[in-house]
Amino acid sequence: MAGKTLFEKIWDKHVVTKVDGGPSVLYIDRHFVHEVTSPQAFAGLRDRGIQVRRPEKTVATADHNIPTLNQDQPIQDELSRFQVNKLALNCEEFGVPLYGLNHKWNGIVHVIGPELGITKPEMTIVCGDSHTSTHGAFGSIAFGIGTSEVEMTLATQTLLQNKPKTMRINIDGELGKGVVSKDIVLYIISLIGTGGATGYFVEFAGSAIRNLSMEARMTICNMSIEMGARGGMIAPDETTFEYVKGREFAPKGAEWDKAVEEWRQLPSDTDAEFDKELTYKASDIEPMITYGTNPGMGIGISKSIPTLEEIEKSTQATFKKSMQYMDFQPGDAMIGKKVDYVFIGSCTNGRIEDLRAFAAFVKGKKKADNVTAWIVPGSHQVEAQAEEEGIRQILEESGFEMRQPGCSACLAMNDDKIPEGNYAVSTSNRNFEGRQGPGARTMLASPLTAAATAITGKITDPRDFL
Amino acid sequence: MPIDKFVKLESTCVPVPIENVDTDQIIPARFLKATTRDGFGDNLFADWRYDKSGNPKEDFVLNDPTYSGKILVASQNFGSGSSREHAAWAIAGYGFKAVVSSFFADIFKNNSLNNGLLPVQVSKEFLEELFQAIEKDPATKVEIDLENQKITLQPNGSSESFEINPYKKKCMLNGFDDIDYLLNISNEIATWEKANS
Repeated sequence: MAGKTLFEKIWDKHVVTKVDGGPSVLYIDRHFVHEVTSPQAFAGLRDRGIQVRRPEKTVATADHNIPTLNQDQPIQDELSRFQVNKLALNCEEFGVPLYGLNHKWNGIVHVIGPELGITKPEMTIVCGDSHTSTHGAFGSIAFGIGTSEVEMTLATQTLLQNKPKTMRINIDGELGKGVVSKDIVLYIISLIGTGGATGYFVEFAGSAIRNLSMEARMTICNMSIEMGARGGMIAPDETTFEYVKGREFAPKGAEWDKAVEEWRQLPSDTDAEFDKELTYKASDIEPMITYGTNPGMGIGISKSIPTLEEIEKSTQATFKKSMQYMDFQPGDAMIGKKVDYVFIGSCTNGRIEDLRAFAAFVKGKKKADNVTAWIVPGSHQVEAQAEEEGIRQILEESGFEMRQPGCSACLAMNDDKIPEGNYAVSTSNRNFEGRQGPGARTMLASPLTAAATAITGKITDPRDFL
Repeated sequence: MPIDKFVKLESTCVPVPIENVDTDQIIPARFLKATTRDGFGDNLFADWRYDKSGNPKEDFVLNDPTYSGKILVASQNFGSGSSREHAAWAIAGYGFKAVVSSFFADIFKNNSLNNGLLPVQVSKEFLEELFQAIEKDPATKVEIDLENQKITLQPNGSSESFEINPYKKKCMLNGFDDIDYLLNISNEIATWEKANS
């Protein structure tokens, strides 16, 4: 019999039972909850007259629908204020721990889980948010769910799930100068498309992945949903253990040693079989940028937008619609295109390493006058650390301001909206039509490319400065 | 709590021949501030459907009286992106009972099934045939028979069978709800918890 994959090892340990001819009942170790996708689920519990089965395995934060300025004051927008208050009321009624607005542990749900040591290897983790895949970077099964499934998890601590197929994507070799993990994941999605991994759970492997920091690994797993994957994961190793050790909710003492010993058994067996396997060379990857209206429409920054002839016939209508929305011409070069906004933040690139990389790049340079830049830390802890490391000061000296933590312009539920027709280089995860505000035109890129662009005011290859 | 049953449906269709329709298009994030499941149908495809002042855009299919019906027919990779169940609520809230595409994003598919909205996955060829038939005659009726897992283009009888998980099929046919199922096995879950704590 073939060995087991990382995914299978964790999955098998969490199956409570299997429905005849149907899905498995999967036990959930940790359920993250936020204000936008939970109110209807709590209402469902109330209608059924039941409680949260395991409130201690549940944790809530407010992140999607909060302002990134003046967080100490009441939220101005009435609907947003009502929704954020509703979360607090629901958490109180059902006994769910809440790291709400102004709590020292508040932040984007996929930033705080790892930084508090709540996210660990070998877990099953869900949240009513598709970027829950981020937590897979620790060697866990983590995936996004809808609100009915949020209610299911609150009510039963289990989910009915069909076992997905498994895929391994290997990135071998060394990354070039100025190329970072965001570029790796945008590169993969540009090749396989936004539906390229639909139906699969993806394990990222290979020497280029092994050499990444935990935060860089999180960026890759975070965007596995953008290739359609149910989730992404990376086998835990010394980098993982080093990151988790000593954090607030990490195991301590003898318990820690026992846990690490168990986690060392998790990597896929050498004879494990995947339903699909893809391999790419790290040296083929250059800084990436998107030109269209889904994350699969990306190219190396030195390349040009495809011409209509290069697009498959059945996709041409969709491609044309996308070009029209972006007001780009097929065949255009990306370098040199004018940019109005730069956004650094989100669960993809709102961590301390991202702010460090951005600050190191802009240090001693000045923000271009035509660019409005929003730098939004992923959590209060990231914000505090940026303060402590002098990052805020570097940013301010270069003409940038740092806002307060939240999801912000990634989905523009709050006031952080890119105005209609404006171009934004964004370190977030989606360039869908209207994602960053009605009519906003988004180009996804790494924090380095965003930094280079913020300095020149037009799309710029970060390697020009390195 | 029971969901809407789905057994058999015969209806005209509304075509959206665009690939990779993401859930931000189905229901933009600014409409996710509601705390109930109601009213999302009014904002289905909001940015394609209305201009800045909230007036209907004539060229979008939902504003074209030529097309109506309970079946939404869309190009491949429908429902990608965000996990927001609000997308399924918006489609169902508008009055659709089924969505046909050549493939669906995973989370959207689950969300639909949990709301009595049937995702019907057909071949690229059959999808193309559907689009052409609807374009030629918007009064074209399509029948979706869940019991027999069959979708039929009424005028010429052209049909295709579609896959659905047997458990989910039973739920849709009978209006069963996953949570009721899981609450019924809570003792089994407790036993598992004890053994694995």
